[in-house]
Amino acid sequence: MTKSIVIRTFLLILAAAAVMLPERATASEGDRGESLFSELPVEMHGFYEMRGGYRTRKDKYEKDMSIMENRFQLDLYSYLDWGDIRFKGDAYGDLVTEKGYFDMREANVFLRPLDYMDLKAGRQILTWGTGDLIFINDLFPKDWQSFFIGRDTEYLKAPSDAAKVSLFGDWVNLDIAYTPRFDHDRFIRGQRISYWNSNLGRLAGQDAIVHTDKPNEWFRDSEIAGRLYKNIENYELAFYGYHGYWKSPGGQTATMTQAIFPDLNVYGTSLRGSVGKGIGNVEFGYYESADDQSGRNALVNNSEMRYLIGYAQEIGKDLTMGVQYYLEQMLDYGRYKNRLAPGFAARDEYRHLITLRLTKLLMNQNLRCSLFTYYSPSDEDAYMRPNLNYKVSDNLAVETGANVFFGDHSHTFFGQFQNNSNIYAGMRYSF
Amino acid sequence: MKSVWKAVLFLGLASVVAAAEKPDVETIVNKANIVAYYQGKDGKATVKMEITNKQGQKRTREFNILRKDVKDGGDQKYFVYFQRPADVRKMVYLVDKHTDKDRDDDRWLYMPGLDLVKRIAASDKRTSFVGSDFLYEDISGRSLDDDTHELIETTDKLFVVKNVPKLPDTVEFGYYNVSIDRKTYVPMKMEFYDKNDKLYRTIESTKVEEIQGFPTVVKSVVTNLQTGSKTEMEFGKVQYDINLDESIFTERYLRRPPREAIR
Repeated sequence: MTKSIVIRTFLLILAAAAVMLPERATASEGDRGESLFSELPVEMHGFYEMRGGYRTRKDKYEKDMSIMENRFQLDLYSYLDWGDIRFKGDAYGDLVTEKGYFDMREANVFLRPLDYMDLKAGRQILTWGTGDLIFINDLFPKDWQSFFIGRDTEYLKAPSDAAKVSLFGDWVNLDIAYTPRFDHDRFIRGQRISYWNSNLGRLAGQDAIVHTDKPNEWFRDSEIAGRLYKNIENYELAFYGYHGYWKSPGGQTATMTQAIFPDLNVYGTSLRGSVGKGIGNVEFGYYESADDQSGRNALVNNSEMRYLIGYAQEIGKDLTMGVQYYLEQMLDYGRYKNRLAPGFAARDEYRHLITLRLTKLLMNQNLRCSLFTYYSPSDEDAYMRPNLNYKVSDNLAVETGANVFFGDHSHTFFGQFQNNSNIYAGMRYSF
Repeated sequence: MKSVWKAVLFLGLASVVAAAEKPDVETIVNKANIVAYYQGKDGKATVKMEITNKQGQKRTREFNILRKDVKDGGDQKYFVYFQRPADVRKMVYLVDKHTDKDRDDDRWLYMPGLDLVKRIAASDKRTSFVGSDFLYEDISGRSLDDDTHELIETTDKLFVVKNVPKLPDTVEFGYYNVSIDRKTYVPMKMEFYDKNDKLYRTIESTKVEEIQGFPTVVKSVVTNLQTGSKTEMEFGKVQYDINLDESIFTERYLRRPPREAIR
């Protein structure tokens, strides 16, 4: 029932787009590109995208097709005297799951009630912190599945249903994001990406979809995140706090049938600014696993310390390089090891991770070649994200890329995904 | 005696007039720099760029630009809000330009889809600005201290100044000549020569208007003779002295641009 409604909505939007697109295209030749909405104070934009990809090796738990979708995004924006209204939604037909979806990315109002205060309420994308594809103090929801199957990087950020209040002072600024009902990550649960299932002691996928028992009550199961920040001579200093839950499952029920999101508090800090010819950043976070502060409960994640140091610099003409070193330290490691059931593959106390980003722009910056690599010497695994994106015209872009996982062990962070390596190609028409 | 005084007065006046007509080269380049990049204490404009490559394919860029001078002839802040093409719409580029030697500009880019405030690590100012034939330095201004200046020609209308880089290894050109209007001090033409003395790139001011009393280049074109590519840039809705608040050039407005930038 819901499925057919979704598909019908999708078709309706597509039909509407088909009517509007030519209108827009001819109008844009004119002086200011007025759309059908020119009578209303609404800006209308969006894109149509086709994207397809396949696994590079057989995975007995998943389909060979890793991504195959037609996506239409509509972005409506209106700025009125009293505030802004934003609506951005994606309708897409997915051939891998053989379903149609509507993903509301943003639906919010922005107000500036006081000179020193901004407020954005509703569905929104939230980001802060200094890492490049590594997140310590950014505890807003991520969509790891989209990231791994080769959707645009933009989809790594999943929306939050939240209210963000920002206060600006002469000395310091403060952001508070309140999420009345916990928004978890769109984590790997086996539907499209096979993963290491520690209970089964093997890789699993569609045969063992992760079921969760999630904090789901409005206002009681809420999250609150804060950032206190200041720019000192263009060195950006920030302190962070978070009170909520592990964003991806951080434990399981006693019967070991459901994954859970235990309580989590995070306290951290970061600094970013120019260093030599480039930009340097450091970030730190203490993850307090509030349901298992002593590390005695084998069913709940231990507390952790997370550290990051990074540096990015232009090393040639339109060529930039970024390196990061990230360390995850599990606290109370001895207790974790003692409590670990026999036969379970143990994590290391320290997980070291190095990332390298190379981006080169060619052909008047219309061709972007990039490679992002995660490599963990302690886990002995790696994840590479090569991508080529070419802008054929102002409206049309084509791209191809891959998600390649390597690993010596099936239970490590990236090693578990090694059967999910995939290549993809896509085409996007923006308007 | 009287006539002596007259003579002295006359000579004095004559030298003042001569100085006005034949200022030294430092005065010329300083004035031209102010006219080109520092008119008013702040300003805004809507910019349209049309990039045409050798094959005749066209691409457009459209953005609104807000500028505030920290010091006349010195540091400046720029806020650039992109409107076209669609894939970069709503991106914001913030520049804290520093003219001190050995201090790179601070640059940020806001990517709205990710709500990400990114610090840009680029330090080479001689790379293309948004894929056009204009270089970053053409837009933000090249520091006068980076070159030595020599007045090589004075015509009825123009001063022609030759500029030779002090650190030739850091730039792709050998030298460049700037033809500056004697009346308005608007740089009318820049000609870049490569290290073999061959002209390979020109920037021309094709339309100059007086706006709020400030002579303003409203149309310019850069031609790359090597690649056969050219970019036309047009400024519209130019306004000066609009009292932009300092706070506009901070993360608050980067994440949510001010009305001045959107319209």
